[in-house]
Amino acid sequence: MDWELLRTSFWPMVSGAVTGTIPLSIVSFLFGLALALVVALMRISGQPVLSGIARFYVSVIRGTPLLVQLFVIFYGLPSIGLTIDPWPSAIIAFSLNVAGYAAEILRSAILSVPKGQWEAGHTIGMSRTVTLRRVILPQAARVSVPPLSNTFISLVKDTSLASVILVTELFREAQQIAAFSQQFMLVYLEAAAIYWVICLVLSSGQSALEKRLDRYVAH
Amino acid sequence: MSPTDPLLTATSLRKSFGDNEVLKSIDLRIDAGQVVALVGPSGSGKTTVLRCLNGLETPDGGTVAFRGGPSVEFGGKVGKKEALSLRDRSAMVFQNYNLFPHMTVLENIIEGPVRVQRKSRKDAVENAERLLARVGLAAKRDDHPFNLSGGQQQRVGIVRALALQPDLLLFDEPTSALDPELVGEVLTVIKELAEEKWTMAIVTHELAFAREVADEVVFMDGGVVVEHGHPDQVLRDPREERTRRFVQRLLNPF
Repeated sequence: MDWELLRTSFWPMVSGAVTGTIPLSIVSFLFGLALALVVALMRISGQPVLSGIARFYVSVIRGTPLLVQLFVIFYGLPSIGLTIDPWPSAIIAFSLNVAGYAAEILRSAILSVPKGQWEAGHTIGMSRTVTLRRVILPQAARVSVPPLSNTFISLVKDTSLASVILVTELFREAQQIAAFSQQFMLVYLEAAAIYWVICLVLSSGQSALEKRLDRYVAH
Repeated sequence: MSPTDPLLTATSLRKSFGDNEVLKSIDLRIDAGQVVALVGPSGSGKTTVLRCLNGLETPDGGTVAFRGGPSVEFGGKVGKKEALSLRDRSAMVFQNYNLFPHMTVLENIIEGPVRVQRKSRKDAVENAERLLARVGLAAKRDDHPFNLSGGQQQRVGIVRALALQPDLLLFDEPTSALDPELVGEVLTVIKELAEEKWTMAIVTHELAFAREVADEVVFMDGGVVVEHGHPDQVLRDPREERTRRFVQRLLNPF
């Protein structure tokens, strides 16, 4: 076992995670979540055009590979005169992708809040928007924490695809070290181990969060 | 309108859900300070009447008018907005309480006064604490609803409605979801409100309670008002055969 290679390759990969994988995941997730809320609300708006657009969006995102989505944005758009740098390309692609999945999660979470909660908001004089913000979304948020955490953990692993559009993150560091050292097995297993540790940390964060939120769940 | 007019006048209310005509031209008047009990078999439309008064349902036709406004004529092009304006005058207490589970008891109560009526938080909290003390729940102000018994939750539901200082309180079967031994504590609170001359419309199956607190009983069946009048008359000596059968059935279920 080449301990020296393990040691010298560890820090570049961790730095790839800290400056690439993690910020890319967080930024894309936040943008994706914001867009997902819009899509989910369009979907349940009851207006045929809005909900049709939302349904189409979700269908396209979930029906096409993430890698293809990345390629369309980074390699495809320049041919119609729209060139976007690797980082913004990756953020756009991952955000759009997350939104497609998270929208369905948020939609069903919102619909899972009992109708009586809307009515209770209305009877104390709240508009639909205020009821949504003050009454429905806080409860929907609780329901959607477990599935959204899973989406986030998947996203962290999926960001490795950004290496193919030249974003420097954990896996691209690994590829470069592997190519240089020719120790593919060792380097890629090391990369896998780092992803695994990140996801373990996230999973334990997820259980802690769920435990906290469980205290106030409606019966 | 003059001060002697009823607080609320509903005229020719109609409402269908699909092919099911739930309300067939309902007339209802409620005077200020009056307690009106709506009774009748399930499916008779009494809950729907209540929900129409609060803008939770939009009637297909008819008018709902409060003394001093709003006065809303339904049918044709009545917007949701006009139906919603009815909520400024009334507040609903629900069968299943519908408290906000993510808020404490106190937060449930001050949400409307602070967020909707734009009262100062300090005043709203003081008022909420006073009302909670009145229903014997002062110690529960920082609890979450799921830590409360059904009877306690419903008392909070009543306080949440009272805190809005509505002109008309609407109760939709307020004790139907409760265990029998918890019904009394909720009815006691409602009785006290009646003694304080709150104007209330109550949908209930508790006929003994209706006879005790109501000034007027409205018996509904099949989407129409079959008869209405003083509780002693409607519940003890009904004029209509349908009322008689209903009262008999509730008094002697077996």
